[in-house]
Amino acid sequence: MHTETIKKRVPRFGSGRRLRSQLTLKDHLTGYAFISPFVLGFLMFTLIPIGASFYLSFTDYDLFTTPAWVGLDNFTEMFTGDQRYWNSVKVTFIYVFAGVPLRLAFALFIAMMLNNASKLIGVYRTTFYLPSIIGGSVAVAIMWRNLFGNEGAVNAILTTMGLEPVGWFADPLAALWMLIFLSVWQFGSSMLIFLAGLKNIPQSYYEAANVDGANAVQRFFKITLPLLSPIILFNAVMQTIAAFQTFVPAYIISKGEGTPMDGTLLYSLYLFRQAFVFFEMGYAAAMAWVILVAIAIITALLFLSSRYWVHYESKGG
Amino acid sequence: MRWKWLVYHVFVVAFAFIMMYPLIWLVMSSFKESSQIFITAKSLIPETFTFQNYVQGWQGIGGHTFATFIGNSLFVVILSTIGAVFASALIAFGFGRLKFAGKAIWFAIMMGSIMLPTDVVLIPQYIIFAKLGWLNSFTPIILPHFFGFPFFIFLMVQFIRTLPIELDEAATIDGCGKFKLFYRIILPLIAPAMATAAIFSFYWRWEELLGPVLYLNSPGKYTVSMALKMFLDAETSSNWGAMFAMSAFTLLPVIAVFFMFQKYIVEGISTSGLKG
Repeated sequence: MHTETIKKRVPRFGSGRRLRSQLTLKDHLTGYAFISPFVLGFLMFTLIPIGASFYLSFTDYDLFTTPAWVGLDNFTEMFTGDQRYWNSVKVTFIYVFAGVPLRLAFALFIAMMLNNASKLIGVYRTTFYLPSIIGGSVAVAIMWRNLFGNEGAVNAILTTMGLEPVGWFADPLAALWMLIFLSVWQFGSSMLIFLAGLKNIPQSYYEAANVDGANAVQRFFKITLPLLSPIILFNAVMQTIAAFQTFVPAYIISKGEGTPMDGTLLYSLYLFRQAFVFFEMGYAAAMAWVILVAIAIITALLFLSSRYWVHYESKGG
Repeated sequence: MRWKWLVYHVFVVAFAFIMMYPLIWLVMSSFKESSQIFITAKSLIPETFTFQNYVQGWQGIGGHTFATFIGNSLFVVILSTIGAVFASALIAFGFGRLKFAGKAIWFAIMMGSIMLPTDVVLIPQYIIFAKLGWLNSFTPIILPHFFGFPFFIFLMVQFIRTLPIELDEAATIDGCGKFKLFYRIILPLIAPAMATAAIFSFYWRWEELLGPVLYLNSPGKYTVSMALKMFLDAETSSNWGAMFAMSAFTLLPVIAVFFMFQKYIVEGISTSGLKG
């Protein structure tokens, strides 16, 4: 009797799920009140700017006069006339498609190395992660610039080992590799994600493989790699998107110019120079839209390709 | 077994040393006499230890000492971190706990904006802030953070979803409104996620260069990143030491925070894939 009265008075939440029709206007308003900072911020700092940048990409605009409509001229110039544009695309592609796989391979290698029961793992993990935490800073870019400078430590060490010193600031490809090395040096966050993934692989799989007489290489290719492939995909996507937008190291190491011979003129740096050095805002906006679409396509291709190499465990398995 | 153990640790330590070498080189060079840095580039230990570079570096550049730049950086870092963390918590509660029409769409938009390249909003944002007369002020660098930061929102939504729903039910039965539920019950419980977000915000804002390059143009308003850039632009053989010293100095708070809070950092990255 007593319990029944309580049941009547107290609304039943059950699993906490209510039907949409049961939501009141107040519920909707409360929800939007909480997410309103995001909604407002998104409109002001993302949606309107994206739209504006789409419009600007069809104009000639120097920030001081009114934008002049030029149709597809910016895109035509970009794709058919601008040699530096294609060079910056080439440089960026090398940077991304050499840097990201190297960085991930490194991250996986170190993660596997650290995935054991040693008490010192915490210390090692910290040490290997440290470069990632400071890697985006101006201080580190300055450090890298001097480390590779003609009289810096890298060339001094190369000479000691009896090798030829490299003209890191004379040869465009060497300069680009200097940037790639800096990006590979910061493998830490991918490493941590791999490490978390490795810990989730049941030890019994490896034990079973050992019983069947599998060697280390077989265990890696038959167990570790397939089970880790969803995490590899995640890392690859995030790192690729980030790598396409790399700006600070190229900006600092080349003192804002993309030197030598545009060898470090990454896409974002060229876009920055077009917009804020040459005040070609329309052209830069067009460049921004092209990279947006390019990143979307490449991300989509990565996801599509995952069908062939990412292994998802079947339900219950 | 014993020698295997030894080989493993020797290998890992050697590798760690190679990884750390650039940093050790930077710090050691900052104690060398400016003229000796590149002459003795391959030896780590300075022949004579000198603090002269730090004294000279602290004098700053453009008539402002490094105290000004650090003050400016702290101002930007603290305000934008407070804004980003609290706004994100508020938004995360909305996404993680409330039901309302269009929630799924807004959540998808929020996740999508994590991946959005900044280049595409950079120019119009600059134009808007210029038209508002906010150039050469901290406003364009700080203000956007008060509207939440998608990465942090995602991190906190993940965290809120792990909290038992019974808490909300009990609070509601006790007559708690949604806002009270948020700040009396949920907010204290998501403190660890907020700490992780605050630490990352500290890193990213302390290191930020693009915003200051675009929006700050008088040395009195420069952050430490801009001050270092100014050292680099005025690079001469006589101030290498000062540049090295101040570079090492600006890394100090970052590394200190890292060692103090690495538990939060490691967990934050491992569970959400937050980039560092």
